[in-house]
Amino acid sequence: MNNRAAPRLGEPASLWRMRIVPVATVMLASALPLMLPLVANSPVLPPLGLLFFLCWQLLRTEMWPVWIGLPLGLWDDLFSGQPIGTAIGLWTLASIAIHYSSQRIYWRGFLHDWAIAALLIANIQSLAALIVHPDAATGRVLGLVVPQIIISALLVPLFMRLTGKFDNFRLKRR
Amino acid sequence: MVRPVHRRPGQSRKAQYSLFAAYVIAVTGAVAGLLLAILSVVDPVGFAQLRVASQEITAPVARVSRSVIGSISGIDDSVGAYVSAGSQNRRLRSELADTRRELVATSTLQEENRQLKALLKLQETDKTALANGYLLTSTSTSSKRIALLSIGRNLGVAAGQPVRGADGLIGRVLGSGPSVSQVLLLTDIDNIVPVRRARDGLPALAYGRGNGDLDIRTLNIANNPFKPGDILVTSGTGGLYPPNIPVAIVVRRQDDGALARPLADPGKVDAVSVLRPYTPDNIEAQPAPAPPPLAPAGAAP
Repeated sequence: MNNRAAPRLGEPASLWRMRIVPVATVMLASALPLMLPLVANSPVLPPLGLLFFLCWQLLRTEMWPVWIGLPLGLWDDLFSGQPIGTAIGLWTLASIAIHYSSQRIYWRGFLHDWAIAALLIANIQSLAALIVHPDAATGRVLGLVVPQIIISALLVPLFMRLTGKFDNFRLKRR
Repeated sequence: MVRPVHRRPGQSRKAQYSLFAAYVIAVTGAVAGLLLAILSVVDPVGFAQLRVASQEITAPVARVSRSVIGSISGIDDSVGAYVSAGSQNRRLRSELADTRRELVATSTLQEENRQLKALLKLQETDKTALANGYLLTSTSTSSKRIALLSIGRNLGVAAGQPVRGADGLIGRVLGSGPSVSQVLLLTDIDNIVPVRRARDGLPALAYGRGNGDLDIRTLNIANNPFKPGDILVTSGTGGLYPPNIPVAIVVRRQDDGALARPLADPGKVDAVSVLRPYTPDNIEAQPAPAPPPLAPAGAAP
């Protein structure tokens, strides 16, 4: 009988924790804006769920199948106020783009990750805004999301760090 | 970036097929999702219940966080109030004196108005609120301006009811769940409110800009009659919003109308009232609950 409290050599991390931590962080980050007592007059908060979703995929491209954007996007749509289906479609296209880029750019560096994430966020947020307001003037709708896109692009390194911390926790051996 | 991975599954047929299937699922799902999004923009009622149901989950957390932190957006105001307390006090006292004088003048007018109305046998419509609640939170990551109201069907809130704060109009109810409901704020790009200038009744339309301001456009394009400081109130045209709720104050003139700021800031308003929609059957039901007139169900835009 060995001591259960001590980690054994070569023992793998908990399978449940490995699976649940990434999904839980994205889901919690998607629902978080609706839990804060903040009534905003414009899109002021960065899309937290999307940031975590992209960072997880850039950090661990192999971890999720390419269709993971379908369930996670649906969850985000329920809370973001966007019409249901926006994030389902756009997030999945984003994860296809990340998988494609991981084949093209074999050794991605930090700057590559940052650029890919910023580009994807800019595209997703503008397309989402255009889908919600099909009748409004395009320039005005895009002007609405530009500050949010800039803030989100600047926050990517921070979220990359956070995702790294969560990843360490995910893979920690007891 | 961890290690470069081998996307090519090698000779294994099974691995090749499963990778291919993942891509097929992803692409079809993405296309279906985007079609769904376009569908729900065209017909927003269809999925409203699903979304309200999911927001019932976050509402308890929002209630707790609101009671613990208070409204985040009010912090800057309370700090500013301490800094400028002295000058503000002086200014407020002079304003109070002015207002008292105006109040006396208005009270005589009110009495006169009451008599004239009695002469005309005008029926006052029911102006009492259906229910009162407060705004819990809002969609602050999306370009859609939807706030969550702390009351729902349990207090009779239903889609299409106007919502107002003490200072003015907030928006209208988009959908209601068992204990929370969604409010489309005045400043959403898709929200158009028929207004009139309080001073002379000049009709106009208020379009949300999505960033907290409103675009005011007149119905006659010939000239631009707006001046900074003009107060706009709801006109009651087209139903839905009852007349004479304060809406906005004009900030500056623009080429095709004016830029206005809402009088009630949803981020700072404390309690809001849900009103009855201003539809023909609601107006006429007050004096005599006789046979219901055949009002079109979709009188609200």
